[in-house]
Amino acid sequence: MITLKEALKLSAEELVALKEELAKKIEAHAKLNAYVGLESAGEGVPIAIKDNIQVKTWSVTNGSKILQGYIAPYNATVIEKMQAAGLTPFGRTNMDEFAMGSTTESSYYGKTVNPHNASCVPGGSSGGSAAAVAAGLAVAALGSDTGGSIRQPAAFCGIVGMKPTYGRVSRYGLGAYASSLDQIGPMTQNVEDAAILYDIISGYDANDSTSVHRNDKVSDKLDPSRKLTIAIVPNYIKDASEDVKRAFAKAVAVLRNAGHTIVERELMDAKYDISAYYVTATAEASTNLARYDGIRYGSRVEGSNLKETYIKSRSEGFGDEVKRRILLGNFVLSSGYYDAYYVKAQKVRHRIKEEYETIFKEVDLILSPVAPRTAYEFGSLADPLEMYLSDIYTISVNLAGLPAIALPIETSEAGMPVGLQLIAAPFDEQTLFDGALSLEQSLQS
Amino acid sequence: MFEVVIGLEVHVQLNTKTKLFCSCPTSFNHRQNSNTCPTCLALPGALPVLNKAVVEKSVMFGTAVNATVNRTSYFDRKSYFYPDSPSAYQITQLYTPIVEHGALQIDFEDGTHKVIRINRAHIEADAGKNIHEGDVSKVDLNRAGTPLLEIVSEPDMRSSEEVILYLKKLHAIVRYLDISDANMQEGSFRVDVNVSIRPKGDEKLYTRVEIKNINSFRFIQKAIEIEVARQIEAWEDGVYDEEIYQETRLFDQARQETRSMRGKEEAADYRYFPEPDLLKVVVDDAMYATFSKIPELPDEKRKRFVDAYGMNEYNASVITSSLEMAHYFEAMMQEGISAKNATTWLSVELQGRFGGEVNIENSPVNAKTLGTLVKRIEDQTLSGKAAKEVLDYLMEHDEDVDAVIDKLGLKQVSDTGAIEQLVNEILAANPDKVQEYHNGKEKLFGFFVGQVMKASKGSANPQAVNDILKSKLS
Repeated sequence: MITLKEALKLSAEELVALKEELAKKIEAHAKLNAYVGLESAGEGVPIAIKDNIQVKTWSVTNGSKILQGYIAPYNATVIEKMQAAGLTPFGRTNMDEFAMGSTTESSYYGKTVNPHNASCVPGGSSGGSAAAVAAGLAVAALGSDTGGSIRQPAAFCGIVGMKPTYGRVSRYGLGAYASSLDQIGPMTQNVEDAAILYDIISGYDANDSTSVHRNDKVSDKLDPSRKLTIAIVPNYIKDASEDVKRAFAKAVAVLRNAGHTIVERELMDAKYDISAYYVTATAEASTNLARYDGIRYGSRVEGSNLKETYIKSRSEGFGDEVKRRILLGNFVLSSGYYDAYYVKAQKVRHRIKEEYETIFKEVDLILSPVAPRTAYEFGSLADPLEMYLSDIYTISVNLAGLPAIALPIETSEAGMPVGLQLIAAPFDEQTLFDGALSLEQSLQS
Repeated sequence: MFEVVIGLEVHVQLNTKTKLFCSCPTSFNHRQNSNTCPTCLALPGALPVLNKAVVEKSVMFGTAVNATVNRTSYFDRKSYFYPDSPSAYQITQLYTPIVEHGALQIDFEDGTHKVIRINRAHIEADAGKNIHEGDVSKVDLNRAGTPLLEIVSEPDMRSSEEVILYLKKLHAIVRYLDISDANMQEGSFRVDVNVSIRPKGDEKLYTRVEIKNINSFRFIQKAIEIEVARQIEAWEDGVYDEEIYQETRLFDQARQETRSMRGKEEAADYRYFPEPDLLKVVVDDAMYATFSKIPELPDEKRKRFVDAYGMNEYNASVITSSLEMAHYFEAMMQEGISAKNATTWLSVELQGRFGGEVNIENSPVNAKTLGTLVKRIEDQTLSGKAAKEVLDYLMEHDEDVDAVIDKLGLKQVSDTGAIEQLVNEILAANPDKVQEYHNGKEKLFGFFVGQVMKASKGSANPQAVNDILKSKLS
């Protein structure tokens, strides 16, 4: 597939041809179920859009039954920015319902499969976007990352996925899962494309109060020759699979070879990250998803009175994983438990932030796994808790609001991609992309 | 033997042009659901952005009640399901409100005062409205997201009289600051009353019952009296613990009772937590400097009126209880008239002619006109009686005072020659009455005055008539 950088040079006619070619390919690969709709919206370089980003006139459903029939009446800020830069939304990609999941299995539209092995998950929640880019069904895509939802499917599918610093990219028009953690980011074929797409969608937006007043860009000054200090966290690696450990060792060697300095640092046990994350995210989600009540839009199941209409609409509209997280969120916020769970989780979150701050006083980047193992087979997770635990490498980045990028390192013996991530200090996307580009180029040479 | 303990929660709708978290207009009476957008409809992906004017007005209020204005405050989500709340949570300020620890002084008619403490004032978003039509319920979200300042008093009031004085003072303050229309009928000044009783001398607070949304001062007074009676009766019957529990009750005007809104078992858990879509609210030095300079407040104005115009405290407080009255009064005073006459003609004569839709804000007679009219009494152009006639006419016709006096022929005759001639005519026509007067029937003096006034068609200056009659009859 043509890269984003190249596609931006195409003429209007060539772009029309590209879209036709894409449409055919998507049709031919319908079994992947990467796309849940093939809407388009005007001229420009086609970019696949995760089903939780509002595109005016599109049916945007968060992969949920409860939003069936809903047509978005406005564009997300990222869509406006894309259109202003000559890009256009093209096709809606599959996702875990309301971005809650790591496999894309919880979608109302059914599972997406991994392009490298149809019996394996593509990761999630942005599994549709990752599969589309990996299978050559998209030039690039947008995903959203609340606890790893861009980086983990990118690693599972062998593409580049980047989560910006919290506040860099406007959340206006992103169907909210957890407001203090959500970020939209690029999912691309290579690091440079990720930088280009990141530049286009980032920047201050008055419609998002948590958006920051920063508009600095990275793609025109990418510099892979910078010599960086990169930290690794040995106590983190021990829980990873052999495939991941091998890729990690390879990346360390390649980075050293390229002239970077590798240092060792420690982070507290990631089990605290998991607790802090699932308390915070579900608390926010329980209120963010309360608006889906069947009253004003989406699917309604009539009951004999108001309360019954609420209960039926929500019981039938939401899937199991979403219900589980809403229940958990309501529990941690309920009277008598708030201090023990929510308040404590915020303290842990603060600790995590401080730990990263300390490390980034001395280093430029941290290299870390994205997931404990490569894409696994459908049904191989015993229970939801096992899925939650598989997020250990990604969620602290969201809790601390840091930028991170996942990129493919090698292919496992079983033929599955192994990705790793680089993490940078807040707002230091330049160093993040410079380091990632250096790693990417060193792996190719 | 019982003491009544009352605290108030007043929801004041701030009169900003746009809503609290979006740029939809706050105006009234538009087509249902026309003043809405993705944010106030809570569409997927829409986000709130704080309207700065709301913070500014809150700073003004905090300053006016001598409160602490928290330079940093926070928003929280309060969760509950109801169709008039599109996001199913209200954005409010639970943990750190913008205004805390204020106080307001109430003034009794006997000249004594009492301080009522204000616990807090916090910013929050209003809900929409549900309209029930038989089996069908409709939702109008025009009001959803309108800014409210909820002002919470301490339980410092001990009678319904104190409640009304507090509310009137609070109302005057928000009007003086021009931060709210504060119209009870339109719902821009909504009062929730928390009432409990306790044996006199007891310091502890007993179970409080909340009475919601009562839309006039008169009904508030009534609702309190009825609720207090209910609680005392329960106490005296020995069923206080069973019958009085913390709940929300509605005042039923027609039946003259308070009624439970929802059962005990439905006690809501609002699951408050910090609103992650908004940053902390910061009142920076520049904003604080600008908005802590507030206009003259009722108490200051009253004091100034007493000092500058020599008015008594009571008259001054009547005039200053409403900003519009006070402005009207001061404009009248521009005509160089006495404060006493201005007070009477404004608060008795003009207000006595109001009714229906007519009030001080849309009075057909403006302050300059009424001031001129009073001036004409003081310079003896008009008698007081004639002036009332002129005012009646002016209520219906927008015309110049002097032109109306001429047109109605009400100009007072002070020309002593003309009056003397009338006096002579009257005395000549009633020789027997003159004789009776001289024989000691002094009551007849009034008869002669009346006859002269009648003959002048009311236009003679009564003082001049008196003087001339006195000298002729002596």
